[in-house]
Amino acid sequence: MRKGVRNWGPPLLLLSPTIIILGIFVYGLIAANVRVSLTNRTSLVPATEFVGLDNYIALLAEDRFLHSLANLAVFTVVFIAGTMLFGFLWAWMLDKGVSAEGIFRSVYLFPMAVSFVASGVVWRWLLNSAEGDRASGLNRILETFGLGFLQNSWWNEPTWGMAAIALPAIWQLSGYVMALFLAGFRGIPDELREAARMDGASEWKLYRFVIFPQLSPIALSALIIVSHMSLKVFDLIMSVTGSIYVTEVPATYMWVTLTSNDYAKSATIATVLLVLASVFIIPYLIQTARSEKANR
Amino acid sequence: MTVTEKTRPAPAPAPLPLSPALRPRRGFSLGRTLKYTILIVFVFIVMIPVYVLIVTSLKPPADVNPATSWGLPVRWPWQSETPGGATGFDNWSAAYTALAPSIGRTFMLAIPAALISALLGSMNGFVLSRWRFPHANLVFTFILFGMFIPYQAVMTPLVQMKSTLGLPSDISTLLLVHVIYGLPICTLIFRNYYVSIPMELMEASRVDGAGMMRTYWSIVLPLSLPGFVVTIIWQFTNAWNDFLFAMFLSDTAGGPVSLALNNLAQGAQLANYGTAMAGALIASLPTLLVYIILGKYFIGGLMSGSVKS
Repeated sequence: MRKGVRNWGPPLLLLSPTIIILGIFVYGLIAANVRVSLTNRTSLVPATEFVGLDNYIALLAEDRFLHSLANLAVFTVVFIAGTMLFGFLWAWMLDKGVSAEGIFRSVYLFPMAVSFVASGVVWRWLLNSAEGDRASGLNRILETFGLGFLQNSWWNEPTWGMAAIALPAIWQLSGYVMALFLAGFRGIPDELREAARMDGASEWKLYRFVIFPQLSPIALSALIIVSHMSLKVFDLIMSVTGSIYVTEVPATYMWVTLTSNDYAKSATIATVLLVLASVFIIPYLIQTARSEKANR
Repeated sequence: MTVTEKTRPAPAPAPLPLSPALRPRRGFSLGRTLKYTILIVFVFIVMIPVYVLIVTSLKPPADVNPATSWGLPVRWPWQSETPGGATGFDNWSAAYTALAPSIGRTFMLAIPAALISALLGSMNGFVLSRWRFPHANLVFTFILFGMFIPYQAVMTPLVQMKSTLGLPSDISTLLLVHVIYGLPICTLIFRNYYVSIPMELMEASRVDGAGMMRTYWSIVLPLSLPGFVVTIIWQFTNAWNDFLFAMFLSDTAGGPVSLALNNLAQGAQLANYGTAMAGALIASLPTLLVYIILGKYFIGGLMSGSVKS
């Protein structure tokens, strides 16, 4: 190109609305959020003072917030383990020429199309805590099949209740992880498997040394995406239990503080969430940008 | 695929490719039978919530009994105990009455949100995929970042901004928000799509000296239909299912169906679970139909790197 402006002028012009809008609504609002979190704006009264990191220090020492973090941790571990397990299992079974594969795939994936609010209605029923004669939902099934001793009050259980809340999340997102893994399996060239077989590799060795290494980038992506979703879980908990203490996570705690106009606290919780999310986002974006460069 | 894979061609309407038969079957039918059995058992497990939703929605409150809660309705909706008495249909009509206004509003929200974000995403994607300019990758990362933030990180100032500007607590505010925060994912989907399709035509028109906008309107846009289908479906589903923005920025009087459904369900005692379940089915119908009819495009959007919030 003769003139530099001809090169970068038009693209930037066309992109500028997006850049400006996102500059304001993503970056600008994140900055505004941090600013609010450094003040003592705890009510509708706008008079505020700068209080430095006081809100963060107070929050990280608060039992209620630590409880919500502990809940989130239990939820995340169960959620990740469940989705990865079922996602991998389904993809693995469907990979090798199953007839009616499309039907199985569609069924496993369909919960993704449903909102957490809608599925929350039925999961609230399934995870009903009544036991014995009054039991309905999953407890009734356990009772009927003679597994009555397994009955429990699900999310009402003190420590492990969050594991019960992870069940709907596993139901909803295992299909997504399956789709990721399935694409991963299909991305492995047949020649690679054939070559390994020709060399006399056993089925286990084929997986151990050929398939698993090929799938590990996919597994990592799935792990990052699922952890990231888990971090901001809100809809599901609000619809299954509402914003109650037993199942509180940072995102629902933030809702409680914001609706009571404690802006400083809700902004502080939000910043903590963003920092936690950044642990996943930033390496991911850097890696993306790098592979981008390498491929250009 | 996730973002890492975006340099690969074509997520756009790409369904998962079917596996070629890898090798001749060894006729070991026990293994195959076992596999199909497991797959089918999982189908039943995944469908349990659907069964519960349908069955419970058809039971009039009088017939709700924990002991038979998993069973089929004792009386079907067309059989009532007394002439004109309560039937399972009542759940459905009550749910429909409660949700109908918000369903209309949600269409008014989700359709324009999807169309506008798709158009903007298509322009951005075109520029980012086909026009070399300095720091293109930096700009792309700048745009993409917005897709990965937990929206809580902008919610407090957003709520404050809304009240400062006096924006209404209805779908018009939500429309704005969905368009804005949909920009990153739509840009990503289109960028991946344009990278994947051959565009000799575009190159030719550039050589002919056509400007960028003209190239976009006359050459690129007509080739973009599959990209638009994927993006519109994706954005429509997201806007329809959104609950987070709806909770923070709208109220039941002007908000979308997710909010109305939540209200219906949270009010529900065990006795009228039927109405809540009917409501959940009604509220999910549009996105489920999209999934059933246009499933492969739905998966296309899913695979282009989205994070369900």
